[in-house]
Amino acid sequence: MKPESDTAIYEGEGKRVTPAERRATIVGVILIVLAVFVFWVFALGSEAGVQSTFKLSLPQARFEDLAWTVNSRWLGFIVSGILAFLGGMVLRRSHVKWTNLALAIGLILVAFAFLTWAASGKSFSLVGMLRATVVLSVPVTLGALTGLMCERVGVINIAIEGQLLTAAFVGTIVGSAWGIWAGLVGAVLTGALLGAVLAVLAIRFRIDQIIAGVVINIFALGLTSFLARRVLSEATHLNSPGRFSPTKIPFLGDIPVLGPMFFNHNMFIYVTFILVIGLHFGLFYTRWGLRSRSVGEHPEAADTVGINVYRVRYRNVILGGMIAGFGGAFLTLAQVSRFEENMTAGIGFIGLAAMIFGRWMPLGVFGAGLVFGFARALQQKLGILGTPIPSEFLSMIPYIVTIIVVAGVVGKARPPAADGQPYIKD
Amino acid sequence: MSSDGDWGDQGYSAWYARVSGVGSSLAQAMIVPVLAVLTALIIGAVIIALTDVDTLPLWGSDPAEAFRLTMDGIFNAFKALFLGSLGSPRAISETLFAATPLILAGLAVAVGFQAGLFNIGVNGQMLIGGMAALWVGFSLDLPAIVLIPLALAAAIVGGAFWAGIAGLLKAKTGAHEVITTIMLNFIALFLVDYLLKSSIYQAPGRNDPISRPANVAAQFPRLLGDHRLQIGFLVALAAVAFVWWLMYRTTMGFEFRAVGFNPDGGRYAGMSVAWVYVSVMAVSGALAGLAGANQILGLEPYRGISNFSGNIGFDAIALALLGRSHPVGVLFAGLLFGALKAGGREMQGAAGIPIDLVLVLQALIIVMIAAPELVRAIYRIKTPEQEAGTTMSTGWGS
Repeated sequence: MKPESDTAIYEGEGKRVTPAERRATIVGVILIVLAVFVFWVFALGSEAGVQSTFKLSLPQARFEDLAWTVNSRWLGFIVSGILAFLGGMVLRRSHVKWTNLALAIGLILVAFAFLTWAASGKSFSLVGMLRATVVLSVPVTLGALTGLMCERVGVINIAIEGQLLTAAFVGTIVGSAWGIWAGLVGAVLTGALLGAVLAVLAIRFRIDQIIAGVVINIFALGLTSFLARRVLSEATHLNSPGRFSPTKIPFLGDIPVLGPMFFNHNMFIYVTFILVIGLHFGLFYTRWGLRSRSVGEHPEAADTVGINVYRVRYRNVILGGMIAGFGGAFLTLAQVSRFEENMTAGIGFIGLAAMIFGRWMPLGVFGAGLVFGFARALQQKLGILGTPIPSEFLSMIPYIVTIIVVAGVVGKARPPAADGQPYIKD
Repeated sequence: MSSDGDWGDQGYSAWYARVSGVGSSLAQAMIVPVLAVLTALIIGAVIIALTDVDTLPLWGSDPAEAFRLTMDGIFNAFKALFLGSLGSPRAISETLFAATPLILAGLAVAVGFQAGLFNIGVNGQMLIGGMAALWVGFSLDLPAIVLIPLALAAAIVGGAFWAGIAGLLKAKTGAHEVITTIMLNFIALFLVDYLLKSSIYQAPGRNDPISRPANVAAQFPRLLGDHRLQIGFLVALAAVAFVWWLMYRTTMGFEFRAVGFNPDGGRYAGMSVAWVYVSVMAVSGALAGLAGANQILGLEPYRGISNFSGNIGFDAIALALLGRSHPVGVLFAGLLFGALKAGGREMQGAAGIPIDLVLVLQALIIVMIAAPELVRAIYRIKTPEQEAGTTMSTGWGS
């Protein structure tokens, strides 16, 4: 990893510009451009006097008829104004620390203005979309947590995709044969097994970790497709495991908007919340976390103070695999309740991007997962609204967002120092 | 990428020797790949036996009969694999036909490997290159001798452009090419779906994503009468020669390999690493684009369809590893995989074994090539003094 260039550029007469300030300038310009865009396309593009209705509750909820109606054009004007204001503030570069906050607020507003424009003259279930955001963020978040578990101890796991896919497959078969809970156990164990394979290849054989990951992915795709065609096509009863049903959390589940978003789901989503919080606490406030991080940052130093680097790496990579296994089970035991060839369709890789976006921190990863979940939900729900944008371009959104994220538009993130480097004990 | 700015363990001369490829022996280079392929086939046989749903229950009641049936199943599968790949002139034509895009795509990955870049985006580059070639193929009305080279040039430009995006992102922002190229694959997939339904490409009178066919002049002429082998194979052979010349006989190729071996070393030697990343990706994408053109102008129905690149981009990774990223190695690995593919199709048709088994075999082959210790442990071969493994970038480098 070569250090980020910190050579300051001179601007005008002897005035130093730090990278953060340069970034602030870029973000400021982006915000101003967005302001103009929102004004031109979303505000002037909506006919005067037309209203957009956002439904804020699901059918059959306790508060059934919550809705919010706004004038599409005026909302565009207001958002455009706020964006211009934010852009101006960022361009002044007086509070460089807040650049990302301004960018985040700006992007949320743009998304909202976009929805208003797309829904103008119609009614749109906002809460349905936010709920879908949370649900769709779960596999991405779980994939990202897997990557995080491994990379925090210095092992790159690019096999998340294969781990998810194989676990989803095993979950389906075991779940169909012995019930969904057995399927869940089978999927988690499958994840652990593939985690162990990656660990052995990367730690014991010191194969290039990216190659090891790619191999596991190809193997997983080949084996699951092969078995799906050879076994599942004949034994169709092995491909209908049923699914975990949602449990509403009493009281919390009735809160408008937040209730359906967070507190009325199946077990997988609650466990994901617990995992995110638990891992964040574990990683930064416990002895296990400190040891894991030290192995990922400086294995030699960790070894010197008596930490068994190999054991820590094996344990965390296998635990990471179990999280991926859980994510795979979510796909076939909660979302669709059947296995399809290559059903993960890149979720594992999007998870990796979410891990980078979330800066290798569980809470950050969850936030990143929500962004990707939102992008997917947008793509699903806009199809229903029927915008003039072709569906193919909507489908591209999550992947484009990923590229923007890894290209560092949201600021440079620093991976663990020993990421991807095998450790050789003297 | 490697964080240490030194020249490796043995200093500058050893670094130079490894980059210039001096001192590798053919027999030693061959033994691991051969054993890897053999082992993969044996494991494939075990998988076939274990997934024989009809025979499995028989093992309890009549093991002898079950054994006979299982052996029959494996024998039939491998017989079909052999007959489908080498058993007749038609089969050999099929093997070479299947090898054509694999060789081109494998070269694309190999060029990246040699420069330390992992191009997983060959599928997307094939899609973009193929669509560019197709556009030339149906919109220009020229004789074949002009039209085909033009279409190939369009494929080169299209593929190089799409891969160049990832190269540029890596050079300018440090975005890891593994993630960007995979994402570009998905974007290309949707873009092609969109284009196939647009008025420029879509076949008149159709509602599904399918393009109009390329002009007859743009369709690759066949080489052996009715058999499917066409001039794309000659293009692939030319590409092998070109890549060999580029990598081992030009300054540019030397820079590619030097940066791949040690980016810091290359930087200290005065090379522009950023420029190398962009140009390596462009060359890699150009080769992938040719593979894409082959998948449209080289086979029936000579039209663009959704995801016409299939799985070739991933086969290509296995192939480049098997061929040790050397163009001649890639050629032979491509012929082997072509044989597996042609035979696999026969195996699916005649013996009812899904062709996805070939993917499993490929994964097994790569893992054993990448971890030669594994093969040596199985066959108890002595470890040679120095193993020239594949050098790959690690970390999400900036």
